[in-house]
Amino acid sequence: MSLSLETAANPENLRRVAIDPVSRVEGHGKVTILLDDKNRVHQVRLHIVEFRGFEKFIQGRPYWEVPVMVQRLCGICPVSHHLAASKALDAIVGAKHLTPTAEKNRRLMHYGQILQSHALHFFHLCSPDLLFGFDSEISKRNIVGIAEKYPETARRGILLRKFGQEVIRHTAGKRIHGTGAVPGGVNKSLSIAERDELLKDIYQMVAWSREAVHMVKELHHRNPELYNSFGAFRANYMSMVGFDGGLDLYHGHLRARDENGDILFDGVDYRDYTQLIEEEVKNWSYMKFPYLKSLGREKGWYRVGPMSRIQNCDFISTPLAEIERRAFIAYSGVMPMHAPLGYHWTRMIEMLHAAEMIKDLLHDDDITGSDLIVTGERGFEGVGVIEAPRGTLIHHYRVDENDLVTMCNLIVSTTHNNQAMNEAVRRVAQQYLHGHKITEGLLNHIEVAVRAFDPCLSCATHALGKMPLEVEVLDKAGERLSFLSRTGDGVLG
Amino acid sequence: MVAPVLIFAIGNESRGDDALGPMLLRKLDAWLNSGAWESELSPVEQFELIEDFQLQVEHVMDMQDRRLVLFIDAGMDTTAPYVFYRAQMSNEALLYSHALLPEALLKVYEQFYRQPSPDAFVLCIRGERFELGESPSPPAETHLAAALDFSGQLLLEAETTVWDRLCTQKSPGTAIRSAHEIR
Repeated sequence: MSLSLETAANPENLRRVAIDPVSRVEGHGKVTILLDDKNRVHQVRLHIVEFRGFEKFIQGRPYWEVPVMVQRLCGICPVSHHLAASKALDAIVGAKHLTPTAEKNRRLMHYGQILQSHALHFFHLCSPDLLFGFDSEISKRNIVGIAEKYPETARRGILLRKFGQEVIRHTAGKRIHGTGAVPGGVNKSLSIAERDELLKDIYQMVAWSREAVHMVKELHHRNPELYNSFGAFRANYMSMVGFDGGLDLYHGHLRARDENGDILFDGVDYRDYTQLIEEEVKNWSYMKFPYLKSLGREKGWYRVGPMSRIQNCDFISTPLAEIERRAFIAYSGVMPMHAPLGYHWTRMIEMLHAAEMIKDLLHDDDITGSDLIVTGERGFEGVGVIEAPRGTLIHHYRVDENDLVTMCNLIVSTTHNNQAMNEAVRRVAQQYLHGHKITEGLLNHIEVAVRAFDPCLSCATHALGKMPLEVEVLDKAGERLSFLSRTGDGVLG
Repeated sequence: MVAPVLIFAIGNESRGDDALGPMLLRKLDAWLNSGAWESELSPVEQFELIEDFQLQVEHVMDMQDRRLVLFIDAGMDTTAPYVFYRAQMSNEALLYSHALLPEALLKVYEQFYRQPSPDAFVLCIRGERFELGESPSPPAETHLAAALDFSGQLLLEAETTVWDRLCTQKSPGTAIRSAHEIR
């Protein structure tokens, strides 16, 4: 694992290319590349404008408001924040073990979120690159192009996404600002009518999810040279796994492996995360760089998300996803898969697992039960961790005697992946840009690497005109050679 | 029976003026249910009000069988107090994020259902600040009041021809350009 290409030796003599913002990711990310006269790459950085106002937003609020409030942090994965906060606040109300009905309804909500998020990412954000090619005609390389050329693929993506949203609506109580999970449990369980409505479609969702795994698996088998090497870098990886070692996206303990797949630590209580993880600040990025304390800054960074989870667990409890996990592991060989495009394959395995879990939960009588809440001895500090669609999500709160939040610390998935995403774009720059004349298609290769992680840089702010786009090429003296700008509603300047 | 007119507000109430869409939706909802509405059909029979953080592909399913769709949003560089225009389906709709523009959604609709999308309009209210935890700015509150008056007029005459006549500008359209085009 290296940190080369992070900082050029003589940046003042180099030409700068900026990709700003990186498209088809949420929030505002920017890549800058420094090139010399012969287009040799000397520095590549992914800059993320991370919003660090989360914690202040929460401080001073009554703790029981938090599971609803945190959904406003992110319009992309509000349910993940809702559930992580609820888990953390279970400790405040002394709920050590939820009722079966409460835990299963929370899980159902979570699998709905995983399903809809993974479906959107694969079918509508990444399939244009994978099905058309990284440097294909840009006017087709989007959702509209997919809908024209592969209408059934686009249709399934929409219906999978819609189904996941319906699971969320029924478990959370409404489309957005749901109140389903509360400290100590849930405030509603699935009704018989809601269960039956979801049961009508779930078998189709399982079938389509399985076919989606096969689609991406075939892409890997058809072009292993590309898929096994594109942006590949070796790294540690971390995730929560179930207490039995199986894939568990809702609850368990922390496990990490090194680049060879050997265990670094296992069975760690996630409430002790501060003993494991430290966050480094770099002067060129707003986003922190977490690393495992035991390995130090240089060697301790790690990946999270689907590719980490699928390779970190010992098995998957649902049969169809387990078959696909084994196929992925077999394809990877004796060493773990480190190529970022492997994220797509593993993401689809997780989508299949989520669909299977939803099916099983809908057939479980506890899901319509009425025992919703438990309480116990009042606590003043809680940590909640879930495996969100993009990776490990940590919520940590302290609450005072007046029930007000006095401390909040969040580590979101994209922060965990900060160094890993930087490494991926550096590898791609070395592989594809180094020494070549820069073209749009080549620069899209950089974006493909970033998108593989499905970063949510987040914020639900999307107001028209809010997000500008600026591209500039400077000469080595810092003079602008060319420039393009576009407002969020498409006005070019 | 699906209400023929869909009013879809987009925004996050915790991000300053991004709340304008949902705030307007709530005011319209209160007005429609205040008893002041005078029509042969009840508000529920005529309008469905939905809000979400942002537009996404599955929202085409909310548009099915509608006669008219009104998207309400907040805008940074919008002419104050608001602009109102017909959303033109775009063959070149740009998707650069997890969120879609109304124009792109119309295109997805046609691809999904293989039929023309309903007539759709955008009411975009000018906002000033969009940071997390901020309350709406005083100018935005003023713009919201003007937009409320205007949207009441829209609901009273929810017809394409009338809305076309009330447009304050043409669709700004979308552009499909690379996020990293060099010229």
